[in-house]
Amino acid sequence: MTARDRILDRLRAARPATPQDAGAGADPGRERHVAAHAADARDAGLEARIDAHFAARRENPPPPPHVLAQRMQAALEAARAQAWCASDDAWPAQLAARMRDAGVRRVVVDTATPEGRMLRAAVPDDIEPVAFDRPLQDWKAELFGTVDAGFTVARSGIAATGTLVLAPDAVAPRTVSLVPPLHVALVYASTLHADLHAALHAERWQDGMPTNLVLATGPSRTSDIQQTLAFGAHGPRWTWVVIVTDTKGQQ
Amino acid sequence: MTASPMHFMPPQDFHARSRAALDDPHLRQSFKGAMAFLQDKRRSQFGDDDELQRLRDLGEAVRQNALAKLPALLEQLEATLTAAGARVHWAATPEEANAIIHGIAVARGARRVVKGKSMASEEIELNHYLEARGVACLESDMGEYIVQLAGEKPSHIVMPAIHKTRADIGRLFADHIPGTAYTEDVDRLIQTGRHTLRQAFVDADIGLSGVNFAAADTGTLWLVENEGNGRLSTTVPDTHIAIMGIEKVVEKLEHIVPLASLLTRSATGQAVTTYFNLISGPRREGELDGPRELHLVLLDNGRTQAYADEELRATLQCIRCGACMNHCPVYARIGGHAYGTTYPGPIGAILSPHLLGLESTADLATASSLCGACGDVCPVRIPIPKLLVRLRTEANRDPRAEVEHPLKGQGAKYSRGERMVWRFWSGAFARPGAYRTFRWAATRLRALAPKDQLGWTRYRTPLEPAPRSLADLLRARGQPL
Repeated sequence: MTARDRILDRLRAARPATPQDAGAGADPGRERHVAAHAADARDAGLEARIDAHFAARRENPPPPPHVLAQRMQAALEAARAQAWCASDDAWPAQLAARMRDAGVRRVVVDTATPEGRMLRAAVPDDIEPVAFDRPLQDWKAELFGTVDAGFTVARSGIAATGTLVLAPDAVAPRTVSLVPPLHVALVYASTLHADLHAALHAERWQDGMPTNLVLATGPSRTSDIQQTLAFGAHGPRWTWVVIVTDTKGQQ
Repeated sequence: MTASPMHFMPPQDFHARSRAALDDPHLRQSFKGAMAFLQDKRRSQFGDDDELQRLRDLGEAVRQNALAKLPALLEQLEATLTAAGARVHWAATPEEANAIIHGIAVARGARRVVKGKSMASEEIELNHYLEARGVACLESDMGEYIVQLAGEKPSHIVMPAIHKTRADIGRLFADHIPGTAYTEDVDRLIQTGRHTLRQAFVDADIGLSGVNFAAADTGTLWLVENEGNGRLSTTVPDTHIAIMGIEKVVEKLEHIVPLASLLTRSATGQAVTTYFNLISGPRREGELDGPRELHLVLLDNGRTQAYADEELRATLQCIRCGACMNHCPVYARIGGHAYGTTYPGPIGAILSPHLLGLESTADLATASSLCGACGDVCPVRIPIPKLLVRLRTEANRDPRAEVEHPLKGQGAKYSRGERMVWRFWSGAFARPGAYRTFRWAATRLRALAPKDQLGWTRYRTPLEPAPRSLADLLRARGQPL
């Protein structure tokens, strides 16, 4: 008998006890089918209860993107990220200037997305854009040792907590937002959700997940030494987020 | 620092270690400060009590729903993950789990494992098992790294090095990491840890992690962390092995939303942690990084014993936030190492007997004043005080008594003498005639009360009956009962 069979057999032997009986004061005389029916009714209600809980704590209708953008920025700053709003056409030059001022020399930028190409066109000569165009193992040491920054376009954002929803793929591999000491993310205000619950439902995560989905909020941190907060534990020490709003020039 | 290495220390020595911890002012100061800090952080997240109570209701409902369907959900999780290209393994015992993981390492010729935080791997003593077979294991969570360097075990499930001061860690790093000068500057200490561990991520053949939640519907492993070492461990090495207790699965991905909120706010007082790392399969064709192999080890190790009993099953609702420890007056004074178990504090007292048997853990349930703080803060409403009382009952039950769901080590604290005293006591109180005789004898013969009253007189003066009973005194005042 395999471990799998032994474990499942033990679990099945313990049924059909319903856990609610233990909590709510059991009625041992209750018919089993009545209990099963009640369990079904509760199940149907579980998602509805979760939805109602989070919906009751959000505005209805949802706030417009510029309000969400302001919240996103404030939440990111509270999480010790640097965040700013920028217009569609102004962000590449602004970002390039900030990177130059911060002393960035090598930055991973893709060549496949419009945003990647815009940033590549905007960086000055002393910043080298690096393409992630081969498997990690072919340049692991180089990525860990020589790259200062990684640029990614977030799938969306969560305004309540300043969270970036990152869906790494062949164009934007997982390590771009993880290994370099500076992570630069671009997120469109139009993609912002009020909270995690809204993001999951609007993007229908339950219909299929990528191999890796990362919800990142600010730079890497730890309080493992005497409850003292320190940044750059293992992931990026600095996180910059450009929130692209449609309105030109609005800061 | 007086905390000694905890490897393979039997939990039976709980009393001796508690005594030693209480006599260590340095340790008590560390825990006092840390507990106050964590309580404040949690409180700052739950300003709206109505929201908290409703969220706790949801958390409890999600976990109970999952436990009610546990066998089916485990099979569903296995099916969805397998379809995504992962391999799912089942381990009934720590030995089986260790052998599975070692087998994967051997098959890949792996010599180096880098670890994200995993209490399940602590539970099975994985590091020791692999090291003995020539596979090096390096902990990469800062707190875990610190306790590994010190040759200790975690003293808290969320903050493993909570018993250490920055000075302790400064000395530890100076002594163990070549070229490191002593400092108490936390930023510099963390940067030292970062640089030391960075190469380990590059060199590791296998990354090993725990799992905070698993969703059966999408086959998603949901990992919660702040440092990024979990992401590195699950991303950079070619093979990722995740290990989780069988109780961690929930039915749907959307069910994790309230649990994640409860976990981070209860554990560290954060609205979210820096990373929620959601893994639903190994690297796909065309992807340039991420592990090529993903393994999930499902660990029983006594959980099915708790599951068998309707009341004790609530133990498995736990999401490992540590709030019960942070609010426990006993844990705050003796610290995590005194328990001698992987999971200390109130959750450890109710979980460890299923993992290890009552023979070595029966004392843990008695290390509680039943003040109820643990139950009040539990984000998934586990009735911890009730379960502590239940485990005391099981520990004192006649070992030969036949019950529906016998626990491993039933009757570990059973004493025939004590049982006789209680039988006499209940007999005397159940019969008026016998009670009157007992009362008369106890008050008139009070001088014969023993001076040594076992556990009671270890810390207190002996009990002595009053010269006259309350009933006698009332009768003397003309107020017969």
